[in-house]
Amino acid sequence: MRAWHFSENAYHLLPDAKEYDSIRVTLPNRYYDPKLGADLYHRFIDEWLIAEELGLDIMVNEHHQTATNLNPGGPIVMGILARETKAARLLILGNPIANRREPVRVAEEMAMVDVYSRGRLEVGFVRGVPYEMSAGNHRPTRMMERFWEAYDLILKAWTRHDGPFNWEGKYFHHRQVNIWPRPYQEPHPPVWITALSPGSAQAVGERGTVVACFLTGFDGSKQVFDSYRARRAELGLPPAGLDRFAYAALVYTGETDEEGYAGARKLMWYVEANKVPFQFTSPPGYHPPQAMAGAMKGPASGVFKMFQNPKLESFMEHGLVFAGNPDSVYRQIIKFYEHVGGFGHILLMGQAGFLDHQETVKGMQLFAREVYPRLKELHPAVAA
Amino acid sequence: MNPPIQSHRLTLHGVQLDVYEQGQGRPILVLHGEDGPFPQAPFFALLANQGRVILPTHPGFGHAPDMTDIDTVDDLAYLYLDLLDECDLRDAVVIGCSLGGWIAAEMAVKSTARLGRLVLIAPLGIKVGDRETRDIPDIFALPPEEVVRLQYHDPAQAALDYTGLSDDELLVIARNREATALYAWEPYFHNPKLRQRLHRIAIPTLLVWGASDRFVTSGYYGTAYRDAIPGAQLAVIDRAGHWPHVEQPEAVVERVGAFLVSV
Repeated sequence: MRAWHFSENAYHLLPDAKEYDSIRVTLPNRYYDPKLGADLYHRFIDEWLIAEELGLDIMVNEHHQTATNLNPGGPIVMGILARETKAARLLILGNPIANRREPVRVAEEMAMVDVYSRGRLEVGFVRGVPYEMSAGNHRPTRMMERFWEAYDLILKAWTRHDGPFNWEGKYFHHRQVNIWPRPYQEPHPPVWITALSPGSAQAVGERGTVVACFLTGFDGSKQVFDSYRARRAELGLPPAGLDRFAYAALVYTGETDEEGYAGARKLMWYVEANKVPFQFTSPPGYHPPQAMAGAMKGPASGVFKMFQNPKLESFMEHGLVFAGNPDSVYRQIIKFYEHVGGFGHILLMGQAGFLDHQETVKGMQLFAREVYPRLKELHPAVAA
Repeated sequence: MNPPIQSHRLTLHGVQLDVYEQGQGRPILVLHGEDGPFPQAPFFALLANQGRVILPTHPGFGHAPDMTDIDTVDDLAYLYLDLLDECDLRDAVVIGCSLGGWIAAEMAVKSTARLGRLVLIAPLGIKVGDRETRDIPDIFALPPEEVVRLQYHDPAQAALDYTGLSDDELLVIARNREATALYAWEPYFHNPKLRQRLHRIAIPTLLVWGASDRFVTSGYYGTAYRDAIPGAQLAVIDRAGHWPHVEQPEAVVERVGAFLVSV
């Protein structure tokens, strides 16, 4: 198994949540102090470099108009990391390609980072969370149609090397696609796609890219991975190796269970601080109409209900948080691994605002030294 | 007693279209707004005394199927011109409200060959102010109860209460919102070219506006629309917001009826 250190680069120095309606889309940026922001950016980059020293790989993501994540341009920080690191694999998960108006530009940016890093880039494509719709004026309907057209266009731009090709699709128009540079890796960097539901996992399974689940817990993740495998079997495609499956959780490893829980409680800020009103969580067309009809009826059920009243114990019970001493963290991951039928990548959300630099590094160190070696043994075929 | 409501599904050049009909006589094509068709509403029964009301459900609204190739208001305008051709309707009255008013205006700038009169009830579709003026409040970024407050003279009557609705009624609301986003997300509820084309509408046109419409006001949006259509009249209905035919159906039908018989 490979482990990836992931930080959302949040800006946590906010007023009391009673003072604003939403941490996303509409929160005035007067609450952001660029001088403190600069310190935070450099701290988070330092932490990624420490992750590399510890033998972890690196993951970056992207969000817009939100204090929960200050990376509106994921490729920019990837460019920095491509230069500053030497060995780690670099995963961007990912590029919200249903929302990027120019997929060819995405292909160019990713090729550039791949060359900078001499072939250490892994390129994720994501649909983008519902809150991004208003933030970027992206139409929430028929998004996956746009997503897959952008995906096809990017893959073709990466792999065609004999001069321009034409693209006049439903959503994107180019008559001379011919990117410079082309990717360093042949035929192109490994591709990852997130899926949170069995339906979206099918389309990913058909294409055979890595599928990544975020905070979907025991059963949600199992449904996604099973659906991916089943779709491949249905189409007569070769079975996917464990390196096709990734899971992202909040992870804090302490010397003791108590220290691990204390760190995890600080990571829970991501969930607790995510104050977002209905109109931004549920833009029309983003969720299927049946799901929207259910949401109108009343409070959400199942895993989603936990997000309305987040508690560490509940998040740990459902496999959204792995925390405790190294043995405990290992056991929790193994239990999850066995439940979902195995996975080859763990994405460690190991930093949040109120977890200071030393605490963040300590959690990473204990994971890397005490937990990770045992996870690598678990699945040597994709070990770092 | 009201004339019976009939419903059927047509296929127009490969596009499936659900249509309600009520009444007889002069064809009156009614294009519904963001809230979907309400064939049982008093407005339609009253209107059916004046002619043959034809009320299609825009693809994706209500229970009408999604159509892959229909995803713009321009598509809908051509679809309804095709409907007039297919049914060989002549001297038709076209009535549209809000989103439906935008569709009706787009039809009329393309062709009035089969149109006799045009009635636009608080139509959307044009850009009035400069690029930094939000002519139309962003319903996708406002709390739902604020949208109700802007759109109704009496918001209490329209208060959102989902608890008494069936699963199917909720599903219809969700589908209506999704279809609205499909057609009106960007450019937001308008076609940047429509205003400069409205001069082509050479048939008698009545604009109907609620005096309490705080969503798009008659004084700002309504007069801009009226001024762009040669000879158009603007009628303001008291005690009505953005949906005057819902809040004051009798007054709207009375005003429309007078317009239809005027010289």
